[in-house]
Amino acid sequence: MQQLGSTIAANRFGLGARPGELAAIGGDGRDWLRAQLTQRPPLIGDAQLKSSAAVLGEAFALQREIQQARRSGNEAQQKLPQFLKPIYTAEAIARFQQAVASERPFLERLTQFWTNHFAVSIDKQFLAGLAGSFEREAIRPHVLGNFGDLLVAAETHPAMLLYLDNHLSVGPHSPAALRAGHRQRGNRTLGINENLGREILELHTLGVGGGYSQADVTSFATVITGWSVGGGNGLLASGPPGRFVFRPETHEPGTKTVLGRSYPDSGYRQGIEVLNDLAQHPSTARHIAVKLARHFIADDPPPAAVERLAQAFSEFGGDLPAVYRTLIDTREAWEQPLAKYKTPSDFIVSSYRGLSLPVDAAHGPLAPFELLGQRTWQPGSPAGWPDRSADWDGASGLLKRIEWADAVGGRLGSRRDAGELAPQLLGANLTGATGTAIARAASAQQAVTLLLAAPEFMRR
Amino acid sequence: MSAIKRREFLTLGALAAGGALITARVSLARAAAGQGRPRFVLVIMRGALDGLAAVPPYGDRDYGRLRGEFALRAPGEAKGALALNGFFGLHPSLAFLGESYAARELIVFHALASPYRERSHFDGQDVLENGTPVAHALQTGWLNRALGAAPGGARREAGVALGQNVPLVMRGPAEVASWSPSKLPGPDPDTLARLTDLYAHDPLLSVRLADALMANSMAEEGGAMAQSMPGAPSAPPAQYAEVVRAAAGFLRQEDGPQVAVFDTTGWDTHANEGGAEGQLAGRLAALDRGLATLKEQLGPAWRETAVLLVTEFGRTAAINGTRGTDHGTATMALLVGGAVAGGRVIADWPGLSPHALYQGRELMPTLDLRCVLKGVLEEHLEIPQRALEATVFPGSERARSLKGLTRA
Repeated sequence: MQQLGSTIAANRFGLGARPGELAAIGGDGRDWLRAQLTQRPPLIGDAQLKSSAAVLGEAFALQREIQQARRSGNEAQQKLPQFLKPIYTAEAIARFQQAVASERPFLERLTQFWTNHFAVSIDKQFLAGLAGSFEREAIRPHVLGNFGDLLVAAETHPAMLLYLDNHLSVGPHSPAALRAGHRQRGNRTLGINENLGREILELHTLGVGGGYSQADVTSFATVITGWSVGGGNGLLASGPPGRFVFRPETHEPGTKTVLGRSYPDSGYRQGIEVLNDLAQHPSTARHIAVKLARHFIADDPPPAAVERLAQAFSEFGGDLPAVYRTLIDTREAWEQPLAKYKTPSDFIVSSYRGLSLPVDAAHGPLAPFELLGQRTWQPGSPAGWPDRSADWDGASGLLKRIEWADAVGGRLGSRRDAGELAPQLLGANLTGATGTAIARAASAQQAVTLLLAAPEFMRR
Repeated sequence: MSAIKRREFLTLGALAAGGALITARVSLARAAAGQGRPRFVLVIMRGALDGLAAVPPYGDRDYGRLRGEFALRAPGEAKGALALNGFFGLHPSLAFLGESYAARELIVFHALASPYRERSHFDGQDVLENGTPVAHALQTGWLNRALGAAPGGARREAGVALGQNVPLVMRGPAEVASWSPSKLPGPDPDTLARLTDLYAHDPLLSVRLADALMANSMAEEGGAMAQSMPGAPSAPPAQYAEVVRAAAGFLRQEDGPQVAVFDTTGWDTHANEGGAEGQLAGRLAALDRGLATLKEQLGPAWRETAVLLVTEFGRTAAINGTRGTDHGTATMALLVGGAVAGGRVIADWPGLSPHALYQGRELMPTLDLRCVLKGVLEEHLEIPQRALEATVFPGSERARSLKGLTRA
């Protein structure tokens, strides 16, 4: 029973056991998890990584250069992706290294969980250069904080504003819109863009059945007009380059009503007031509880467990460590040891941890993420990556994992002893069938392949 | 299914009553015309395609006002829409679809919507795929359930999803394949045999591995055929080329999958959508080229093929403040292929005047998407009507199937 506890702690709550980790955890695993919540959140401190403000400032400058040199054609067009791609690569490798090396893997998983909750995707302009710094600046510092602070940090980060178009949204009665109306060119009018307002309500706080209407979406979108980014082109020129800026000239004036409550116009603060109320809303508590329970318990989590998490969220005012402690104390999280099918990212990271593979920046370490269908920070939609078995357990996806496991086995040859590693990685989950298959493998290479492709390694 | 097997089924089918008899008549006509089995491709456009941009109603007097600088001009004008019927046009990026319309191989549906009336992409896609009026009401998809109700029962791997994972619309009890291109050499047969043993008691992984190996061997056959196909274009357009070639490789085979599904993304045009040129125009052009490649790669099998392009909902009628469009309701769908009785626009046009818009901001739905889906499944794939009502689209009695969309 004790061994089952450490197995679940390392593989479900953590990112996959490293050799020796199960023994070091000892006990039932709960203390090991609780201890990870007590220090400051782990930050990635690589001096080579740039802040989002620095990246965006440079990107805007490049964009101006490109626009001025438009006649020169393709060469200039390539400058922006050429600038952004290495930033993405460095950030994604740093994140991968941290996940593989971490001794507080529960916090890394939580960081990934929240980044996915507040998802941005690199398929939008500039985001390739910002997704990594978004995680480092808006998510990591608040993983052990309060949900309300995390919410504000995420929604006001330039990456989110750009991803969901809020920097362009203009209040129809704002000074900027009225000025433009006087010298209207063609049919062009300035107005709001609902994208960020809708996704905050639907994805980040209340959830889709959380009790808001189209009128709330529209009204909330006007509340956050003026939340923008500085140093860009045209409307975005003023303000500190690449940083959040509030633009009174594009903010819709006046009192607004969201979810039946009226908010007097306090400029920038008006949006913060709404976010603060959303963070405390019972629908938000429930929405977060469902997502956490789905991630840590089962695809269709037991309602009683969801209820307890939602209660803890409300009772402790969104204090995240209190919610995590409730999760650790949730009996159901410890009952079905293999209820979750690993995402491709989980599968890759746990393989690297289990086999002590180096994340070598010189050898294209991100290739497996692309190969197995989960490129870092590219969920493709603001809903983030899905979190159910059926979303990931396709036949072709399984074969890709097997092919990759086979390639890893081939590279390692006899430098790893899968028979020795299997009990250290799989602990109480290791079945006799897998043990026997590994023991009878035709080669050390094949044994590694069988270990990674084993049913109990595909799940957590 | 070969022609002979089909006739065997017909003998059995004649014993059944009702819907089965209709199915039998259709099959007889098909067999008499010397046709092979029908193929169906579903293309899901995730992100909510702007139906008023893809199929502009340039003849509507409110259209120009709502669309402003992005309004597409009438056919014949510079950068004008492609001509359809004098009222609707096609976006100028859709050259192949324009030709298909002229060749009577394209039906354009407009002012259509699924039963979903909110504006969440994710719930909208769920309704689009689960086949009920309610998001998350079922964990299986309508196309999978339809395959399960196919005449003669579900054939193993009658459907294939092009991608590593299976989208909801294809999930369910009927076994389907998924396939995506591989960059690694496969493990040796001995390793695969050992894994097959190791998975023997795992109900999920055993089925998945068997399906994957089967799909791979089919793709190899299809690939070999593709190389021998004459007239392959020398400079294939990139984006959808690979997935389309793979789909064609599966569908060409007489005993291969009959149904293929693939996803396209990038239709969520909140900002800087563009008009005749620009962001959306580029994506539409890539899609159009992909469809042209599909026709080319299918060769003679195109005659038996119907391709349906659908999206979860439409977008606002007016351009928003950021030169894009926000989430809306009704939109368009396209049915193209050699088996399509095309050259028509099917739309009960509600108009775009302020009081004609749904909730004052979006195209009003006047056609239930399920009418189209049921029509195609019933007459093209010969899914019995009773199954369509009972299991494929439960709760859709009022959405009567549209007849005559495909050539019998």
